[in-house]
Amino acid sequence: MNSVTPEQYQSAVEIADLVATREISALEILERHLNKIEEHEKDVHAFNLVTINEARAAAKETDKLISEGETVGPLAGVPVAIKDNLCTKGIPTTASSKILEGWNPPYDATVVRKLKEAGATIVGKTNLDEFAMGSSTENSAFGPTRNPHDLTCVPGGSSGGSAAAVAAGFAPIAIGSDTGGSIRQPAALCGVVGVKPTYGGVSRYGLLAFASSLDQVGPFATSVKDAAIVHEVIGGYDPLDSTSIKQAPNSFVNEIDQGVKKLKVGIISELMGGIDGITQEVIDQTNIAVSTLSNAGAQVEEVSLPAALYCLSAYYLIAPAEASSNLSRYDGVRYGLRVDGANLQEMNVNTRTEGFGDEVKRRIMLGTYALSAGYYDAYYGKALKVRRLLAENFAELYKDYDVLLSPTSPCTAFKLGAKVDDPMTMYVNDVCTIPSNLVGHPAISIPFGSGKDGMPIGVQILAPPMKESVMYRVAHTLEKASQ
Amino acid sequence: MNQEIFKDNWELIVGLEVHVELATKTKLFCGCLNQFGSIPNTNVCPVCLGLPGSLPVVNETAVYYAMRLGRALRCSVNRSVFARKNYFYPDMPKDYQISQYDMPTNLNGYLELPTGEAIGIERAHIEEDTGKTTHIGTSGRISGSDYSLVDYNRAGIPLIEIVSEPEIRTIEQAKAYVSELRYIILALGISDAKMEEGSIRVDANVSVRENGEDNLRTRCEIKNVNSLKSLGRAIEYEANRHISLYRNGESPKQETRHWDEDAGRTRSGRSKEDAEDYRYFTEPDLVPLNPSEEIIAKIDQELPELPSERREKLVNLTGVKSSDVTLLVERNHDAFALDAVRRGGEPEKVVKQLVNNLSSGPGALTPEALAQLVQMESKSDITSTQAKKVLGELVQRGGMPVNLAADLGFEAVRINDLENLVDQLIDEHSDEWERFCSGDTKVQGFFVGQVMKSTSGQADGKTINKILNERSTGK
Repeated sequence: MNSVTPEQYQSAVEIADLVATREISALEILERHLNKIEEHEKDVHAFNLVTINEARAAAKETDKLISEGETVGPLAGVPVAIKDNLCTKGIPTTASSKILEGWNPPYDATVVRKLKEAGATIVGKTNLDEFAMGSSTENSAFGPTRNPHDLTCVPGGSSGGSAAAVAAGFAPIAIGSDTGGSIRQPAALCGVVGVKPTYGGVSRYGLLAFASSLDQVGPFATSVKDAAIVHEVIGGYDPLDSTSIKQAPNSFVNEIDQGVKKLKVGIISELMGGIDGITQEVIDQTNIAVSTLSNAGAQVEEVSLPAALYCLSAYYLIAPAEASSNLSRYDGVRYGLRVDGANLQEMNVNTRTEGFGDEVKRRIMLGTYALSAGYYDAYYGKALKVRRLLAENFAELYKDYDVLLSPTSPCTAFKLGAKVDDPMTMYVNDVCTIPSNLVGHPAISIPFGSGKDGMPIGVQILAPPMKESVMYRVAHTLEKASQ
Repeated sequence: MNQEIFKDNWELIVGLEVHVELATKTKLFCGCLNQFGSIPNTNVCPVCLGLPGSLPVVNETAVYYAMRLGRALRCSVNRSVFARKNYFYPDMPKDYQISQYDMPTNLNGYLELPTGEAIGIERAHIEEDTGKTTHIGTSGRISGSDYSLVDYNRAGIPLIEIVSEPEIRTIEQAKAYVSELRYIILALGISDAKMEEGSIRVDANVSVRENGEDNLRTRCEIKNVNSLKSLGRAIEYEANRHISLYRNGESPKQETRHWDEDAGRTRSGRSKEDAEDYRYFTEPDLVPLNPSEEIIAKIDQELPELPSERREKLVNLTGVKSSDVTLLVERNHDAFALDAVRRGGEPEKVVKQLVNNLSSGPGALTPEALAQLVQMESKSDITSTQAKKVLGELVQRGGMPVNLAADLGFEAVRINDLENLVDQLIDEHSDEWERFCSGDTKVQGFFVGQVMKSTSGQADGKTINKILNERSTGK
């Protein structure tokens, strides 16, 4: 198996400490990571763009501030990779689509601004499935990313580039977006930690919208603690995002070491044996995770989430519907690709035909149809009802349980090209992750063991809205036990 | 003009959709300036340009203005939800407009016309305006143009769309509806509502039916009406067009038509049959608006007096019912009138003075002064000619009429003195008097002139004539 993962990962917290105490300079840290990128990026293709000059300038600035005795942020000197669907001022942001090739945003996403304020060194923009639509990063207009554990396999998607960047040691932390599992699933396939925050917990301002009521920005890291700290940095109320939560808690590491004694964990039965394509090794590892928690003092029981069985269908109506509207703005008029035509309408059509890939077109058509007059109630309207039902299911469970547990992905990383022929086989990869997006609850995937072929397996912890502290606590316990 | 429509028992049915640009400081969903006439594309930002990743944030003042208008139009103010109206056009940066659909802010109100009828208001909702396109080419329309320019300064400006029920039955009513709506908007201070600047835009939905029919027939939407006069002409043209079609055994196609001011006709535009399916759905980037009872109560409390209320007040206090009352309220002279009446001025006379002689405003004239002037004239302390002169001076310089009249040397010549004068003249000019008494009215001027000469023009002509007539008939 051709793998390019490092022997050991260096944590972001560790790096920040070394930099702050001036044991190593931010520039030195950056150069080490740039060297790794230089060595293996051609094999992995995690990045659409490595921003070498900007990164060096930022690292030098951080070092200067530190040497002058200025206060620097909690991530000062820590390299971070940003998914290429987040706006970075002056740096091309493409959503891995031809329709935005070369587009330069005039502003930073709030998350990007916060990372800069925290002193992080942005090393580049990572590859994704075009407009975040996919589960393998094979839908990128610029070629797929490869799984650093096995370069013949997919890294998962849509945030495959960010997951791979962390897995390959190109950066200790990365930022992705999660609409149906796009952070958690690639995290599982790449053997790293990935978090989807509570909806509204992290600002969406500057995130190129896919499905507005489902999208969330979140961190990738090599440890649960790192993820929690990055989450703290990027989270919080943003007046520029009307869906942003005003009373978001601002500490997630406060109870992280408290263990799981007396906590009640529910194992979602519908997401274990019965789902399409789930492999025995995934089931086995999940069961080991369950025992681990039980041995650590948690009370674990099987629970039922009946509406889970309808989530995939509901998601593949709601998400494309919102996407069909969110992607209308790419019409060749103001920015990005323009392909001329005999009249306005022809220009629009030519531009979007050439600019969008197949999966994006597929979802726009699905979404447009679902919202059409005469079909709204049967499809979109019904999907909204499933969503409400699911919320009720969860609320009922959380009366008795602190967190829930399931596998993250039904299988380990599949070979490149294995699932591209039938969209449906690709869609079922998201069956465990989608429920959290539909209800806006937080969830985390942590690496827990591997399959026969040595490919990573991820286990998912789900928590009630705004209860990330408990989620991180359980995840941290599992992580410690698996090491 | 209206006769054409009502010939042969045809009834006119009109519903009006009025868009009003709110005069907030900033746009509906971002902090860009809401300003008319700026250099193109200078009041723009990622949000109103719909740049990838941008998100809307509601301008609370715009919502407040919308609720105030709703209450002024007697609507219920409801929990409301923004919705996306999806269609492609270059003047819409996101290729969807954030509007309100099945849960608008205001529902079910009415607008009272000066003539007393109430026209139902179906809804008044909030939405963002589009940018402005200019097509460069021969026709100024998009087809056949060489290229188009888009200015996004207007994109994102807050609009309220007021939709009336199809209860308007005459052109006069249509114009009165728009005028009255405008006055209410101006009284609320939420917009400058200028048709010529586009801060108030009117689309007319026109149909006809035969008298006695219950159902509504096919209607056409008329756009590009830029003045009240055009509104009247467009409605008339369109109604006649429908009637002609029906008479020929055809019927109008349901469509949107464009009013051509120069040609004086409507032209076919977009067909409303292949109407766009806007695929409305709830805007996921915004949260519902849920105004509390307290806020609505506060709004009601702070509502200014509406034109209809002001007219009623004036009618009640003055007893004057005519269109003079409407005129005074339109000119904002009603408060002045009420004040003058309360200070003792005779209501009808106060109103007449304001309507006829003070159309451009009272200037330095005070209500107290007007009241006094009117009283003086009633008591014949001064003549009407003198009164007019005094009024002119009061408007210019202020002060009180008693003093001014004295300054000007105006003193009403007393009736007794006049009678004596006339008697004297009759004695001196007995020939002329005989001619007058036997019906020669031409001599009247001679006697009046003589009286005027003796009084240096201060006598009241009417009084002189009265005395002459009394003398001649022996009363």
